Amino acid sequence: MLIDFFLHLKASRLPVSIQEFLTLLEALRQHVIAHSIDDFYLLSRAVLVKDESHFDKFDRAFGEYFKGVEALPGMEVLIPEEWLRRAVKKHLSDAERARLEKLGWEKLMETFRQRLAEQKERHSGGSKWIGSGGSSPFGHGGTHPEGIRLGGRSENRSAVKVWERREYRNLDDSVELGTRNIKVALRRLRRFAREGAAEELDLEGTIAGTARNAGWLDLKLRPERHNAVKVLLLLDIGGSMDDHIRVCEELFSACRSEFKHLEHYYFHNCVYDYLWRDNRRRHSERIATHDVLHRYGNDYKLIFVGDASMSPYELLQPNGSIEFNNVEPGAAWLRRLADTWPHSIWLNPEAEHSWPYRQSTSLIHNLLGGRMFPLTLDGLERGMRLLSK
Amino acid sequence: MRFSGSATYVTTRDLNLAVNAAITLQRPLLIKGEPGTGKTMLAEEVAAALGMPLFQWHIKSTTKAQQGLYEYDAVSRLRDSQLGEARVADIGSYIVKGVLWQAFECETASVVLIDEIDKADIEFPNDLLRELDRMEFFVYETRQTVRARQRPVVVITSNNEKELPDAFLRRCFFHYIRFPDKETMQSIVDVHFPGLKPALLREALEVFFELREIPGLKKKPSTSELLDWLKLLLAEDIPPEVLRSKEQKAAIPPLHGALLKNEQDVHLFERLIFMARHNR
Ligand SMILES: Nc1ncnc2c1ncn2[C@@H]1O[C@H](COP(=O)(O)OP(=O)(O)OP(=O)(O)O)[C@@H](O)[C@H]1O
Ligand SMILES: [Mg+2]
Repeated sequence: MLIDFFLHLKASRLPVSIQEFLTLLEALRQHVIAHSIDDFYLLSRAVLVKDESHFDKFDRAFGEYFKGVEALPGMEVLIPEEWLRRAVKKHLSDAERARLEKLGWEKLMETFRQRLAEQKERHSGGSKWIGSGGSSPFGHGGTHPEGIRLGGRSENRSAVKVWERREYRNLDDSVELGTRNIKVALRRLRRFAREGAAEELDLEGTIAGTARNAGWLDLKLRPERHNAVKVLLLLDIGGSMDDHIRVCEELFSACRSEFKHLEHYYFHNCVYDYLWRDNRRRHSERIATHDVLHRYGNDYKLIFVGDASMSPYELLQPNGSIEFNNVEPGAAWLRRLADTWPHSIWLNPEAEHSWPYRQSTSLIHNLLGGRMFPLTLDGLERGMRLLSK
Repeated sequence: MRFSGSATYVTTRDLNLAVNAAITLQRPLLIKGEPGTGKTMLAEEVAAALGMPLFQWHIKSTTKAQQGLYEYDAVSRLRDSQLGEARVADIGSYIVKGVLWQAFECETASVVLIDEIDKADIEFPNDLLRELDRMEFFVYETRQTVRARQRPVVVITSNNEKELPDAFLRRCFFHYIRFPDKETMQSIVDVHFPGLKPALLREALEVFFELREIPGLKKKPSTSELLDWLKLLLAEDIPPEVLRSKEQKAAIPPLHGALLKNEQDVHLFERLIFMARHNR
């Protein structure tokens, strides 16, 4: 039975392994849990799922598999009548027992057996089946005054199974992009190198040097190892980008902590003659784009961040800029930048499926030879993979 | 030997089960969860509850797996040799034992905490696979094998800054500490402030959970922030009415600096309050 369960999880595309499955069996053999499906759920999750973003997938798969089964081996046995009588005495108050009497013992037992036999279908919240809850007189933790618990601990939880509550839904692949995800994606670009001041003891070098010195200590130092990738970030700011401030900030802060060589400049809608570093002083402290073109070597990776949404004039016409009179069209500047830095991509916070419907987006997409990626986890991964080639 | 929380640490049923499963099967237990949800504290509590010594290994970005086993202090030895010290002859005097070695050597079973494993280099967990599996390692310098007398209970925490390698994950039990619901939070506060006036606690929790609901916060306040804030409320003798006042929606809760630590969050919050005041 459990092999099917394992295969079912596998078929539900959970990354479970044989090793973990064997651990689960071992845990069952060592009686880590009693015969309770809730405990089995918790145990199998702790053994088989190692990432909270898969919890929801696991919950769904678990629910599908145990739909109607609900009884684990050991739970299918008929509960002896005597035990039930005792359980009733122990668990019910006098008033409750009095009400229970109304149904009569014989009748109660009879229905109970019948239902156990019928129990092939799902029975979670309905009022007929012997689920673990609901208002059926059978099953544990229910609110029915005639309820009797069968196995499990008294916790008076609601009828819905833990896995049916789908509490981890919002952790599923964190649609939201958070800084940590961005950082993990950016790590693809890592390239370690030793550069800068020699501050770290080079043990091997020291030993070799000392040996060469006939035993007299010859200390050797070397620069610390760090990520040597260089990144030039050009960010669209203002206007339609206001909707994406948060994700851009997150990207920016992740980049700043990940790359030692990070340079950034802002532009508005499209790049023209000038860029600026500090948005509050965009008019007083702008830098000629030509200077930027010459300042950074072609080993820099260029990342544009922008929604590429503008009127096509802004891209194609001289004087098309909404801010000032540009001699050359924006497209000429973009081409120039992409030529200077062959490793370049454009990250677009707008949904990918909307790109073809916006003329300016299509234009830029083509201009960059298709190297535009959505600002999602998957898009970042694809972009970084391309940049690291 | 069963763990079920303690007088100072509130656990949930799923956490207890994961801890006990890891103890019984002698596998490492990997704990993840929002900051301040008691990940680090868990190891201390498990050790205390089971009456075992605790060995802590706090990981930094520069930590190497080898440091948990032992380090060979070649530089000291070289220096000593220059000075003609006698102990130079014994290589053993230059072997510095790491946390795992100390735990392996321990007479009784112990608990090992590897805190914030995600801070280290991506390869770090892989470098410990065999040591954690077999609970033994070889010391090349002295040609000895160090073997655990008793397999320690290993608790590993991660803040999710890096993904951990699959081979490592396959060997662990995993538990994700969810942010406590109101009831659990109430028990946690009870543990820390046994005599707290119920009215104050109720109002404070109300404010706290409302604050967590604000969309767009960079860092939602966590358990430890709530506890700090309560401490301040008590120290300043703030009465519950102040938290509840009718105007509450439009008032900044007292001492909110303890809950919101990020400047941008404070601004966001103040803007919201400002808007609430002016929209009424
Ligand atoms: N379940 C709990 N029971 C009692 N106290 C708790 C609980 N959870 C958190 N706390 C309180 O919160 C504080 C923070 O816990 P701890 O440092 O273990 O969190 P953490 O998850 O390791 O955080 P970080 O991710 O920042 O390292 C603890 O010192 C304790 O006072
Ligand atoms: Mg911690």
